[in-house]
Amino acid sequence: MSLQGNDNRGIRELGAEKKVGWDEVTQGVALNSFVGESENSAFLKAEDRDYNDFSSYTATVASWRIIKPVYNRDVCIDCQNCWIWCPDTSIISRDKQMLGIDYDHCKGCGVCVEVCPTNPKSLLMFNEAEENDEALAGWPVKEKKK
Amino acid sequence: MAKEFDLNEVEVWDGNYAASQALRQAQVDVVAAYPITPSTPIVEGYGGYVANGYVDGEFVMVESEHAAMSGCIGAAASGGRVATATSSQGFALMAEVLYQASGMRLPIVLTVVNRALASPLNVRGDHSDMYLGRDSGWIQIDAFNSQEAYDLPLCAFKIGEDTSVRLPVMVHQDGFTTSHKAQNVTPLKDAVAYGFVGDYVPVDEMLDFTRPVTHGAQTEEDWHYEHKAKQHKALLDSRPVIDKVFADFKELTGREYKRVETYMMEDAEVALVLLGSSVETAILAAKELREKEGIKVGIIAPRCIRPFPYDLIRDAIDTPSLKSVCCMDKSAPGGAMGMLFNEISAAAYTTSSRPLISNYIYGLGGRDFAIEEAQRIMREQKAHADAGHITTNIQQFSGLRGPKLGFYETRRS
Repeated sequence: MSLQGNDNRGIRELGAEKKVGWDEVTQGVALNSFVGESENSAFLKAEDRDYNDFSSYTATVASWRIIKPVYNRDVCIDCQNCWIWCPDTSIISRDKQMLGIDYDHCKGCGVCVEVCPTNPKSLLMFNEAEENDEALAGWPVKEKKK
Repeated sequence: MAKEFDLNEVEVWDGNYAASQALRQAQVDVVAAYPITPSTPIVEGYGGYVANGYVDGEFVMVESEHAAMSGCIGAAASGGRVATATSSQGFALMAEVLYQASGMRLPIVLTVVNRALASPLNVRGDHSDMYLGRDSGWIQIDAFNSQEAYDLPLCAFKIGEDTSVRLPVMVHQDGFTTSHKAQNVTPLKDAVAYGFVGDYVPVDEMLDFTRPVTHGAQTEEDWHYEHKAKQHKALLDSRPVIDKVFADFKELTGREYKRVETYMMEDAEVALVLLGSSVETAILAAKELREKEGIKVGIIAPRCIRPFPYDLIRDAIDTPSLKSVCCMDKSAPGGAMGMLFNEISAAAYTTSSRPLISNYIYGLGGRDFAIEEAQRIMREQKAHADAGHITTNIQQFSGLRGPKLGFYETRRS
């Protein structure tokens, strides 16, 4: 699965604004999350669900973000604090192991960095334009006890 | 299974009780309500039917009318048949949520017992609250007496729930003059009434767990406009559905409703346009005036206020005999002509007959509107017709103490 933001997702990128007229929008802005019936969606991982084009899972809001969290696997203790606190379910964890950030939905609020208990932190905020590899290369070292 | 309610062939019901019986017979699933004079007995009645086993439903007590309509929206989006009632200040507090209900295309039925809006605080009937709702995207139907206050909610469910319509419907009646006036009402048996309304078939209901759905999503400049256009078209396209439901109701009961009711318009030289309980007053006044003074008066009463029946209003007005029309608005006009004057004038402008049209404001805060005053206005219309132009101010106030109040003069001669 892709953890980086993907600008080719969402209704605008799919060209809906050119293809859909007033007579084709859904009645009452009712938006079904999935294509067809999906009784067992609660038991499927997000990447295995058949989200439809108009669901907010499919849409990207990456452009809202000016700073981004970068995740450092080498320091992380898989405590799941960031997963619990993230207000946009943008921390991706499978079987209680951290995989990284969903950059399509992360808005750069920094809560995950605040709640990270490791020393040094396993998540730090960087400018959106900075490459993740460079951010990881310059990761701070463990602080000594004062 | 709800118990059958033992009904006589003819009952003596006031408008409130009549409306509450209609909600019961439609087997409304959820009523979320907050009490307000004069509409309280409608929801109080439904609560009683729930408590006594005459309806399988839920009565939800909430903290305000804003919450009442919000609760109705949640229940309707979940897939229930939903109704509530309100008046005046409660209607005003509900206003924000009314737009949500219509935009979300939820066929909620709101029985509105019309009452004046403060200030000054007033519990009596006028049409201020009804007029406040006219841009809210709801279908608005007006009952003139208790029988209609019973019949029209039954029709309202069938209209709003039609899958091509899917819009909320208000059924109005006048505070006190209809809501608290006991009259003979011929109800349907429970099974017959429910058979007419039919089972509610929900659309995109949230309780269908196989198809998770978001209701009331946000759209900005990208999609809001398209949704509003679609909603407006649904409102205008509801006209034939309303006609069909009224036709079905006539077949079942013999009682006929039209989007515009007309009385004695075939040869009318002058006409009054008005709403609510005043319609019956005007009919009595017109009949008497025809007999005693030979003035050919007709009455036009829009049964349907939204979608405004421009089509049928034009049919009613476009008769060569008709020379002068008085539109009577029972709502403070707030620095403009009354709503009926504006809508009727717009409809008449593109007809070939184009009668003289003037405006009366009347009955505010429950000020009585009697036969004598109706006849005085009818005679005034006859004077306009004879002169060939409006001989008074275009907008006048009826039944007002103090010096005569009026605005604007005609430029047609």
